[in-house]
Amino acid sequence: MHDSSHRAYWRANLALIARCLGLWFLASFGGGIVFRDALDAFTVLGVPAGFWFAQQGAIWVFLAVLAYYGWASHRLDQKFDVDDD
Amino acid sequence: MTLQALTYLVVGASFALYIAIALRTRAANTGDFYVAGGGVHPIANGMATAADWMSAASFISMAGLIAFLGYDGSVYLMGWTGGYVLLALLLAPYLRKFGKFTVPDFIGDRYDSSTARLVAVLCLIFVSFTYVAGQMRGVGIVFSRFLEVDLGVGLVIGMAIVFFYAVLGGMKGITYTQVAQYCVLITAYTVPAIFIALQVTGMPLPQLAFGATLPGESVTVLEKLDEVVTELGFRAYTDGAKSTLDVFCVTAALMAGTAGLPHVIVRFFTVPKVSDARRSAFWALTFIAVLYTTAPAVGALARLNLHATLQPGPVTEPAGSLTYAERPSWMKTWEATGLLRFEDKNGDGRIQYYGDTNPAFAAQAEAYGWAGNELTVDPDILVLANPEIAQLPDWVIALIAAGGIAAALSTAAGLLLVISSAVSHDLLRRTFAPELTDKQELRAGRLAAAGAILLAGYLGYNPPGFVAQVVAFAFGLAAASLFPALLLGIFSLRMNAAGAISGMLTGLLFTLGYIVAFKGVFMAPLFPNTADAWLLGISPEGIGALGMVLNFAVALTVSALTAPPSPATRALVENLRIPRGAGDAEAH
Repeated sequence: MHDSSHRAYWRANLALIARCLGLWFLASFGGGIVFRDALDAFTVLGVPAGFWFAQQGAIWVFLAVLAYYGWASHRLDQKFDVDDD
Repeated sequence: MTLQALTYLVVGASFALYIAIALRTRAANTGDFYVAGGGVHPIANGMATAADWMSAASFISMAGLIAFLGYDGSVYLMGWTGGYVLLALLLAPYLRKFGKFTVPDFIGDRYDSSTARLVAVLCLIFVSFTYVAGQMRGVGIVFSRFLEVDLGVGLVIGMAIVFFYAVLGGMKGITYTQVAQYCVLITAYTVPAIFIALQVTGMPLPQLAFGATLPGESVTVLEKLDEVVTELGFRAYTDGAKSTLDVFCVTAALMAGTAGLPHVIVRFFTVPKVSDARRSAFWALTFIAVLYTTAPAVGALARLNLHATLQPGPVTEPAGSLTYAERPSWMKTWEATGLLRFEDKNGDGRIQYYGDTNPAFAAQAEAYGWAGNELTVDPDILVLANPEIAQLPDWVIALIAAGGIAAALSTAAGLLLVISSAVSHDLLRRTFAPELTDKQELRAGRLAAAGAILLAGYLGYNPPGFVAQVVAFAFGLAAASLFPALLLGIFSLRMNAAGAISGMLTGLLFTLGYIVAFKGVFMAPLFPNTADAWLLGISPEGIGALGMVLNFAVALTVSALTAPPSPATRALVENLRIPRGAGDAEAH
């Protein structure tokens, strides 16, 4: 066990999670709820943008977040030599 | 072939498929029974998770709710998919590394406390049962409408099928059956959606038809819909009735609640490695997103078709609304189920369907000679009736019946397994009867599953008046109780049993108390359920978000004031943070 290396891994992992949650929050609570009215001045694929984020866009962003997390977390595991391959 | 014969054929074929799969994948030991031996491929596990996750509520009710709620319906779309992100980022990889069978196992071991384990078991059983009863109602609706059998007979058939593969196959049987059920339900959902999208907008992809311009007109689907519904006194489709803070809180409660649902968490114990748990989460959300991005289009187009059917002429002319005698056959069949009701309040033989609770529209309605809204449409029927409203071929209607049943059965089976493992594993083996052998525990698990199915069937047939309300609140309760305890157990080394238990109880009691005060589950409500009376304007549906904040605050305060957890617990947490070395999920 390398305690200091594990601590560094955990910090890097927390930073990754924070980045992902930031995107998650912006797309749903941000785009779909809090900034909805402002965004509705624009349209996305024919739908007012705030409404589109609430009913379509947030879900696509969630998917992108999980794809990124799957890739980045595995890379992080390899970097700190804690991967499970 | 008649529609009914065709429906029997399609539904029967899907049942034969599930049973064949169950027979090929029988569980041999508790490892197979609880977590499918821990060896399921991430893509297969993703499909199974998606089927597990998408219940009768997602398949049958959600698009209908969106159709009638408009923007406010977004809370379900964002809440149920966003919760999945929380689960994948914050819980799944660590719980997989922990490598035990059940959620109470984690709570009990992490906090080294059988009290915490029991509190978790109680939360779990309560949440799961309210859910199962909802699924059984879904099965009942589909059977009684499409197979035209009595609700009771329909329930017995559904129970027998679930009994067969859940009791025999355990998690292994359920996982592979759910893969098949996903394929059935997603086909059943998207095929009619594509047909209708093409019919109304000329664009086959529902996700794009959602914003498409109507052929021959200069307006888009949503603009047309806003115009049609406001003309009848309804709130504009793209407007919401809820305050921004309330939408925020309801979405947050649904997200955290979904992430705390035990039957979905346990799915991540079935893959071989931590990295597979993450990969599997991505695949599951991909499969879920196919339905969830289609649903808003289904909702909008169904609402448009519904109004086009009921209001064939202009609103301003009395002859503009449909006469009751000329109503299409789908309305007659749904009237027989009681989920669609017509009452000719002004006695003109025509169906006036309009927003009679809108004071600004009252004078206008009176001028038209209308005496109140005459048609009550249960949102639950919209998805099922959609192919008939759009006059699609009979095989599409048969398909939707099979899809609805697949969605309900797959979720019910997952929930029943969680209940049975809570009883046989957490209550018996880990708490009251530690001397049980693996074989005896497997038998106890099967017995518990059988008992749970019987109880669920009974609840589906005799739904207590409050079940429908409670289902929506199960999320708030899960958010306020289980989710923070799981999260803090992983991300805080300092969190101890006293903190976790006091947090869970605070969150649970506060949320439950607020709901009971406004909705009156066993008694008359103490306060009127209106926005003015709500605390900070937060509805009972969204109060779980505040309960969750309280849970975190109490847990952190109490744990800071009491002794830190033992070095062994600390080592356990340090270990589950490192992906390497996850063995198969096991009992001890």
